[in-house]
Amino acid sequence: MTLRALDRIGMGFFLGLPILWIVLFMLVPYGVLLTYSFWIKSYPLFEPAFQFGNYLTLLNEPQYLSVIGRTLKIAVIVSVTALVLAYPFAYFLVFRLKNVTIRKVLFFGVIAPLWVSYLLRAYLWKTILGTQGVLNSTLMGLGIISEPLDIFLYSQAAMVITLTYIFIPFMVMPIYAALEKIPRNLDEASADLGQSSWTTFWRVTVPLSLPGVVAGFTLTFCLCFGDFVAAFLVGGPDGLMVANVITSQFGAALNWPLGSALAVVMLVVVLAIISLSDRFEQRTKVQF
Amino acid sequence: MAAIIELDSISKHYGPVVGVNHVDLAVEDGEFLTLLGPSGCGKSTLLRMVGGFEVPSAGTIRIAGVDVTAAPPQQRDVNMMFQDYALFPHMTVGKNITYGLERKGIKGTAARDKAEAALELVGLSGMFERHTHQLSGGQRQRVALARAVVREPKVILLDEPLSALDAKLREQMQVELKHMHEKLGITFLMVTHDQTEALVMSDRVVVMEAGEIAQDGTPEDLYERPATPYVANFIGTTNFLSARVVARGAGLVTLEAGNQELKATDVATSDGQAIGQIGIRPEKMQILKDTECRPVNVLPGTVVETIYQGLALRTVVRLSSGEEMLVDEILRQGMLHSDHPRAGDPVVLGVEPHNILLFGAER
Repeated sequence: MTLRALDRIGMGFFLGLPILWIVLFMLVPYGVLLTYSFWIKSYPLFEPAFQFGNYLTLLNEPQYLSVIGRTLKIAVIVSVTALVLAYPFAYFLVFRLKNVTIRKVLFFGVIAPLWVSYLLRAYLWKTILGTQGVLNSTLMGLGIISEPLDIFLYSQAAMVITLTYIFIPFMVMPIYAALEKIPRNLDEASADLGQSSWTTFWRVTVPLSLPGVVAGFTLTFCLCFGDFVAAFLVGGPDGLMVANVITSQFGAALNWPLGSALAVVMLVVVLAIISLSDRFEQRTKVQF
Repeated sequence: MAAIIELDSISKHYGPVVGVNHVDLAVEDGEFLTLLGPSGCGKSTLLRMVGGFEVPSAGTIRIAGVDVTAAPPQQRDVNMMFQDYALFPHMTVGKNITYGLERKGIKGTAARDKAEAALELVGLSGMFERHTHQLSGGQRQRVALARAVVREPKVILLDEPLSALDAKLREQMQVELKHMHEKLGITFLMVTHDQTEALVMSDRVVVMEAGEIAQDGTPEDLYERPATPYVANFIGTTNFLSARVVARGAGLVTLEAGNQELKATDVATSDGQAIGQIGIRPEKMQILKDTECRPVNVLPGTVVETIYQGLALRTVVRLSSGEEMLVDEILRQGMLHSDHPRAGDPVVLGVEPHNILLFGAER
């Protein structure tokens, strides 16, 4: 065999294995999911078919639409909350903090929880917000309340707090990176041209960091939209997310076709968001 | 002429590090003044303090008679042209320029007219709608200038304005900026480490060394009468020889340097020190031919090598005392490179008394 042929075989393995992996474990399952979504449930199992009954069920039964709506709502609230917290924080780190070591430590402080199991971090909020939790015992210790309250846990607010905590690193990272790319002297140029630092922030810093904001928002939103752990651990009866319903369709309800249809709808929503954000990012991108 | 910028004993410390040390300087209204020095000499810090980007540790800054020592950049009637131009990448050329007019209350078509006029001034008519990333380096630089000019400041600060350009364009822009300065009549205060740039463009050059002013004068002053070996070395090239005074009289001082007796025009060294060394510019010496009548001073030596530079020929000559001297001769028509003494040839260098620069002892 020639060297060139050997080279080609090597390259084939190098590129072929990952492609095979992606086809086998990602694209094929999507196909399976799509196929199932057209099947019919017939007790005790389901039979192959090609019909849109499962999708019609999702449209006609208000419980499904409301769960999708609620999931969207929570994902938006979490993303906005994370943005409102993350942007000023990243801005402070990049623009106001002179000390590089402190900046790195604080940045790392936000990223570090990613190394801790996601389940553990969600569980942590159960411990904080629960009736025997840290929050209640602190409030009781301070004498503000006399008996533990159960209003903190099992609510949408608890879910928002938990999800914001879990996903905020994904908001901070892209915004921090985008802010860091902005040349420092643009701030000085703006001041030199007579503009206040408030104007500079809104007219120079924010527009130039938009790609980071879009990336962070998309990541947080999509991760949140597909989450089921927070609802499971700290969400109450009104805290069910789409992913929880899908789990139950594949589990207890034993209605794989309906679960598949719901999963497909979710996938479409996420893909739509990603393509939208992609288009927006192209528009806000600037060359320095 | 009145001083537009007055620096009164300005100092800047960074912890124990002294960036600028008690600098007094008055910039005249309308002049083109350049702060020249190597990196770390404090020239940029000084410029940034005038612009309001840094606050002096001590001293006073007055612009047009008003104390602005603690005033932020927004409240100073000066505008900076930044080293890499600092154009806003998300705005068009026009937006970049009108941005600075907003706080002056100039908006809409009035702002646009002014911006177009500024663009015309810098030779970029019709570029209003362009995006900054579509521009070449030279064009960006012009936009940066237009952005500063349009605000009609009392002083334009230029921070290494040409360092990002390639050699040919830089040479062209040197002259262009100088013309722009003459046309506008605004004071230009520039910072550079490039001595050619400083000599070509400025009315006055302030050479800085370790946070202090080493010499302040016209380009000609600095080149012909450098105050210290530092200045002589930084601006142009200088051959240094340690020297000892042998005798004085009749306006001449007789020195012993390079194993020879040399006569030099007797002027006081700038720092008032006793003469310790002399400097001779490479182009102020010549290699004597046998037929020529001998000048007052001669220095015999041997050619080490010749370096062809196109415009000039540089000859490295080792004196009998062991020191090496550079001699530059312009290659005129009929003066062939090949006729010249080669490595190993014995030569005699001639130098006139008024071309010997006198300095204090080496530090």
